[in-house]
Order: sequence, then C-alpha cells, then structure tokens
Amino acid sequence: MNFNPKHILGIKDLSAAEIHFILDSAASFKEINSRQIKKVPTLRGKTIVNLFFEASTRTRTSFEIAGKRLSADTINISASSSSVVKGETLEDTAKNIEAMHPDIIVMRHSASGACDYLAQRLKCSVINAGDGTHEHPSQALLDVFTIRQHKEKIEGLTVTIAGDVTHSRVVRSNIYCLTKLGAKVRVAGPRTMLPPGLEKLGCEVYTDLREAIRDVDCIMMLRIQRERQGKTLIPSLREYARFYGLNPENIKLAKPDVIVLHPGPMNRGVEISSQVADGPHNVILDQVENGVAVRMALLYLVSGGEPLQQN
Amino acid sequence: MSTESVEILDLDGVNRALTRIAHEIIEKNKGVENLVLIGIRTGGAYLGEQIQRRINDIESVTVPFGSIDITMYRDDLASRGHLAVGQTDIRFNLDGKRVVLVDDVLFTGRTIRAAMDAVMDLGRPQSIQLAILIDRGHRELPIRPDYVGRNLPTSRNEQIKVDFDEQNIPRAIYLLKG
Amino acid sequence: MKILVINGHLIDPKNNIDGQSDLLIDQGRVAAVGTGLNADDAEIIDAAGLLVTPGLIDIHVHLRDPGLEYKEDIISGTRAAAAGGVTSLACMPNTKPVIDSAPIVEYIINKARRHGSANVYPVAAISQAMKGDVLSEMGELKAAGCVAFSDDGVPVVSGELMRRAFEYADTFGAPIISHAEDLSLVGEGCMNEGEVATELGLKGIPWVAEDAATARDIMLAEFTNSRLHVAHVSTRGSVELIRQAKARGVKVTCEATPHHFTLTDEAVRGYNTNAKMNPPLRRQADVDAVRVGLADGTIDAIATDHAPHHYDEKNVEFAVALNGIVGLETLLPLTMNLVRDGIISRQQAIALMTCQPAAIIGIDRGSLEVGAAADITLIDPELEWTLVANELKSKSKNTPFGGWTMRGAAIRTLLAGRTVYQR
Repeated sequence: MNFNPKHILGIKDLSAAEIHFILDSAASFKEINSRQIKKVPTLRGKTIVNLFFEASTRTRTSFEIAGKRLSADTINISASSSSVVKGETLEDTAKNIEAMHPDIIVMRHSASGACDYLAQRLKCSVINAGDGTHEHPSQALLDVFTIRQHKEKIEGLTVTIAGDVTHSRVVRSNIYCLTKLGAKVRVAGPRTMLPPGLEKLGCEVYTDLREAIRDVDCIMMLRIQRERQGKTLIPSLREYARFYGLNPENIKLAKPDVIVLHPGPMNRGVEISSQVADGPHNVILDQVENGVAVRMALLYLVSGGEPLQQN
Repeated sequence: MSTESVEILDLDGVNRALTRIAHEIIEKNKGVENLVLIGIRTGGAYLGEQIQRRINDIESVTVPFGSIDITMYRDDLASRGHLAVGQTDIRFNLDGKRVVLVDDVLFTGRTIRAAMDAVMDLGRPQSIQLAILIDRGHRELPIRPDYVGRNLPTSRNEQIKVDFDEQNIPRAIYLLKG
Repeated sequence: MKILVINGHLIDPKNNIDGQSDLLIDQGRVAAVGTGLNADDAEIIDAAGLLVTPGLIDIHVHLRDPGLEYKEDIISGTRAAAAGGVTSLACMPNTKPVIDSAPIVEYIINKARRHGSANVYPVAAISQAMKGDVLSEMGELKAAGCVAFSDDGVPVVSGELMRRAFEYADTFGAPIISHAEDLSLVGEGCMNEGEVATELGLKGIPWVAEDAATARDIMLAEFTNSRLHVAHVSTRGSVELIRQAKARGVKVTCEATPHHFTLTDEAVRGYNTNAKMNPPLRRQADVDAVRVGLADGTIDAIATDHAPHHYDEKNVEFAVALNGIVGLETLLPLTMNLVRDGIISRQQAIALMTCQPAAIIGIDRGSLEVGAAADITLIDPELEWTLVANELKSKSKNTPFGGWTMRGAAIRTLLAGRTVYQR
C-alpha cells in the first residue's frame, strides 16, 4: 500500500490498513534499537523541531531519540502555553519556527485542536504529540504495538482502559486505534471522570472496575493527572485507589495471561499498586521501548516527498 | 505502450550461474571459514539462500545467512515517497567476518553502497564481497562485483526482471524493453 | 418630504395587517396606510413583490462602543443593523467602561442620533462595573434613557443582589435581562457538554448550567413580582421553565438567537472558533425545543446577540477564543428559514422581530399605525444570496455562516423616513 501522510494529527483519520502499515514499519525500526550502533542515515539532513508547550519528559525524549536514531537533527523547544498572555500567538510562534525550515514539527500543547490548527497554517509536517485532552496518536500506536507484540493480533481482544478519562488524551486515540483493528474496548472510571457520549466513540462504559476487567486480555491504566485535577472529581486519592486502583486481588478477575499497560508516569499506590506495576503482567517498559520504534516510523512516514514517476 | 519481454536466462541457466558463483566464493576465500552471506531484500535474499544451499552441497558446511533491508539507507528517500521499510534479519556477529553481499541485479551501484553502509553499521567485517546474478552496467559509483552470473549490456530504459516461484526459487530472468 | 410606498405586501402584526397595502410617509412618520393612496408630491417607492414591515428590532446587540471600537462602534454596528433590516437595537453594557453611569448612556444615545443608522437603546448594567457587588444607579440610568438592566456576559452570582435588582429596577419600571448561567457548573467549559465535546476533547458546558440559573431568576422574578427577560435561551429545559412560569403568571419574557435555532454543536467540529459562543451551540433536541418555543409563543423575540470580535481574537486555539458571533446581517434570512420550515407563520416571524421585542424593552417602535415613526424595512423574503464574511458591514467578520446560501434580505431600510440602507 501507499501511505504517505503529510501530518499525523490523530488516529481518528487513519484506516485500519494505515495503522497496520505504521505498526509494520515500526517493527522494522525496532531492530535498530537493539544494535550496537543505533543509527541509520534515513533522515539525514532533515530537521525536526520538538515544540513542547507542556512539559513531557517521556514523550519528548522518545521523539528526540527516534529522530536522532534516524540521523535527523532534532531541536527541542519548550515554549510556554501562556504565549498568548505574553502577546505572541500560537500561529506566530510556529511561523517563526517554520521560517527556519524544519521538515517536521512535533507538537505537544495544552489546547485540544492545537495541532489541527497548526497543520492548517504551516507548510511543514506536523506530528501531534498530544493536544489537550483530544488525541495522542503516537501513544496509542505504541500501546497497540505492544499489545500486538504480546498477543500477536489485536482482533478479537478485549481491552479495558480505566481511570481519569476526562483528563486523558490517550483514551480517544486508543479507542479509535483498538476498535479500528477489531478489539473490544471497555472504559471504566467513576462517573465524574467519564465524559458523556463516550460510548459513541465505540466503547462500553463501566463504573465498576471489577466488572470492567473481568476476563479481559489487556488492561490499560490511566494516570491520575494530579496537576490537571480539579477539586471536584474525586474526594481523595486514597478512596480512588480503593475503588479504581489495579491491585493483585482484582487483577485475578482478568484473564490469567492479561497484560497491564500504563502510559506513565505511574502514581504507584494510586491507580496501580507496586505489586502489579512490577509484576508478571506488566509490559510497561516494553511500551517505552516500543515508543521509540513507533515514533521512528511516524517520522519516517511523514518525511517522504512526492513519488517519482516510474522510469 | 507495449512491453517486449525477452528471456535472458532460463531455469537451467540460473542454476548453473548460482552453482558457479558458489564454487567461486569457496575458491576465492579458500574455503568457508569466517564466511557469511547477506542477501539484499528481497531478490538478493532469495538468491542468497540458494547460494547457501549450494555451498552446503559442496562443502557440507552451512554458512550463516542473513537478510538486510536497505530502505533506511537509500539516498533517494525524499524523492521516492514512501517505501515500506522491511526487516533486517541478521542473527550473527559480523565482526571479523568475510561478508558476501548477494543481490539479483547490479545497476547504478547505489543499492550496494546503501547495503555496505548498513553492514558497517552492524559490525566491522574483515571484508565485503559482492555476488550478483545479472550485471546490467550503468554504474554511477565505483562499485565492482566479485562474482557475476551474467554480464548483460542494457539500455537505461530497459528493465531486468528476476522471476521467482512460490518458494522464492528463481525460475528465469527476463529483459523488459519499454 | 413625503414618500409613498406602493404595491407592497404590508405586514404589521401589532395592528393585524397582513396584505397588499400602500403606505404614505410624511415628515418621518407614517401618514396613511391603505390601498390606492395618492400623493402627487411624494417620492414613490415601488415595493412590488416585497414585504413592507416595521423596521426590525434587535434587543440584544454588542456595539462595543465605548472602549472596544476595534471590534465595532456605534457607526459600523448600526450600519450593519441597517443592512440587516434592523432599525432599532438595544446595546449591552459590557463596554469599556461599562454602561453603568448616565453620561455613558447619554454618549451612546447622542452618538447614535448624530452618526448612527439605527435607533440605539442602551441597556445599563445591573451592578456597578458588572462586578456583581453593588447595584448601579438605576434611577438615574433610566432617566438618562436606558431601557433595561443586565450584566449580560456574566451572571449575577449573588441571589440577594439579584433579588434587590429586581425590586429596584421595578421601582423605575424597567425589566431585568438575565444572562442565565451558573458559572460554577460552567467551569472551564468552552462548548456544549456532549458527545461532540467528548470526541474533540474540549471541556463541556452542561445544559443544567443554564437551566439552573434560569430557574433561579424565574423564582426571584416571581417572588419579587417583577419583570424578567431571559436573554438567549438555548436549552430545552430553559424553554420549558419559562413556559411553565408564564402559565402561572410570572412576568417573564425571553428571546432566542438565530444561531441557537439554526446550528447544533456539530458546527464546532474542526475546532471552528466561529462556532464558539455563550451560551454554546447545543444539541438538536435543544434546537427543536427553541423552535417549538418560538412557535407556541413561549419565546417572545428573536435577538441576535450580535457579538463582534476581531480576527485575532478568533484565530487562536479553540479554548482561548472569545465567545460570540456577529448576527445583525443574518437575522432576517435565518428567521425566514423558520417560516419556510413551517415552524412559524410569516406574520409571527415579523412579530418576533418587531412589536414583540419592542414591548419587552418598552419602546414606541415596531408598528406602522398612523403617527408612528416611519422605521420601515422592505424585505424580499426569497432573495438568494451568498454570505461572504468579508463583505459584512460589521467591522468584525466572525460568522459561522460564511459561504452559506441565504434566502431573504432587506432591500431597503428606512429610519424615520430616511433611507439608511439600500441593497
């Protein structure tokens, strides 16, 4: 197939075939990460700007390593989300960077839709590294890549995503990604953390974690975003841990070979107990490892030019 | 636009060429010690397996064989649009080895340049040699094969097609005149 | 100076006229209405094929003057009004400074009289600087010419202050216009709460934020036996609350905007900041309820909530874009769509834009009896035109209707007999 995207803004726009193509490409790039010389010249001469309006060590580092292993020049810019307050608009900030001719801008921003906004206004490629509480496509792709690694296929699996759905950018991307590939998705959390109309995205909604994880193949625990938390969604982390934390007891309700994913960083003892986080079901570090390969694939795929006429 | 297809080598011709290359590899390297075969995906990888089998028939030794995908090392990615990247599968150390790169058709030499870079990124071989089924000329880089199945002068707008069966065994080679 | 409008179809809902009729204007006032009128010395306007209606009245407009003239001012805003067939408008007090003192009321009235293309009736603030702490000087403001009180844009949070506002405004015979919104329920919401917001990852504003506030203000109006006008009703619940309140005799009126009976929150997709307003665009069920409310008389007026914003204020991330759209120039065709859709009659449509809003703010406009000011709009209800945002007369171009094919337009607008717009 020919998959030549200009931007990667969200999973919603991708077809199942395109997602598989990305995952297959990532599998090829993964081999590089285990070499002694972890570098290929694929994107030599390309410039990638990691434009992060929100702190994110993990995602930024992963994209940076991915770019460097492909021999691209990667530059990190930590901009303040309050550029509007300072008088510079997002468009101006981005256009200033574009004037230096980067090939790809990888962007994280606190506003949902910020990447779509930029993609409409810039000539270079834009990869969404998380926009507000909208999408986080590279995270979903690495999650699904990790699940595929352990379960061989996605079709027919049942996956539970549990936690603070309201503040999560991972959930939407993962629901799209998993359902497009034929998995059943359950979403679980207290009602205060479940935005209305979730089921319209193609998932089943649960308020009881124990019910939600019964007989499932994979559990994806969402981070309780302390920094995003208003005061009203849950009374305390202690109570949250009791009813919505994954622990050695309730995990027994899932299939014996269940795998546990977490986008990180984890709040041990809140959404996930240490026994589970360090236990035999966890594939959390595989996710991190696979993240680099998936992001290499995304950087590679957006940086092709127009196909030549067949000679 | 009609394409004229001319058979260059038939099944017997291909087999004879591969057998001869296997003999030449053994002869030049005075045996198979430290020898490894690396086929360039996809055609070269199929041929590499055939050469591995023939060396085994002659010397009763299975030399290590791996395949390499050179997409990531191409110099024309930006203008090619998107090529699917294949997997490199080399499960042995290359340090100090005599590497024989195998490909089906040698043309500009750019693929071989990319393959040599890829091999060098994987280790430090003692030497790299090149085995080719068809050398069609038109080199753009100073690259010369060590083992050649058949030299075939072509014009630039012609194409060479190596036909493989379902088991990836070469059946015949055609010249396509466009 | 006499003007004779002939061959037109006159609609004057207040006087229950809906038929072929001529209309004679003399000295800026309606001099005669009837068939076969003659006046040798009059300028003749041939209105064949057109509706002749009282000048339209929009009781919810943000003119942005004084202080925010980069968005709109009295001259440009009334010019946009005239182009939309609107001859009288009430302007909201969230200017800089806020309309909370008599000199500002007088400034607006005087500037509009001198330079405007429409009658402008200021709405003054309920509380000083719209801070929700202290009542504004309502007596003096009313004496200076304001027609109602509102802190439009922000709700009056304190129930006690709102109670006293009702009582004090009633003392001077002016209604309170409520911007019904419970801010604690809105939080950081920036569009209607629902599946579209969930999908786009935008924080939602639940309908109950409007309904709860509407309910409180209805109860306060009932308790104080004072007049309440609810601005920009957008939810099914609010329409129902007002319907019930009217049935038990509460002195409540309300308005709905064209965008709330035309668009749903689907319009936000693509993070379209021109579909961002407050109240937000709601679900189809709410749109339907607003339409029913217009049809059954629960909703008394169509008002645009014309809210001009500069390009830069909309060309940003959705969450930080300012609320509001311009509406004066799309009022008429969008309302005529309701007639075409069979929701309301043509006479009802005109009443919702003329005599009914006039009654809410107590102005002597919106009808065509002899002696009335000759504010007249000639309407081609079926004229097709394409809305090009940059061609709007308003200084600001923030409309979600760019590129839409509109049906219905003001062909000529007369303000006290003077032509202020001609298409």
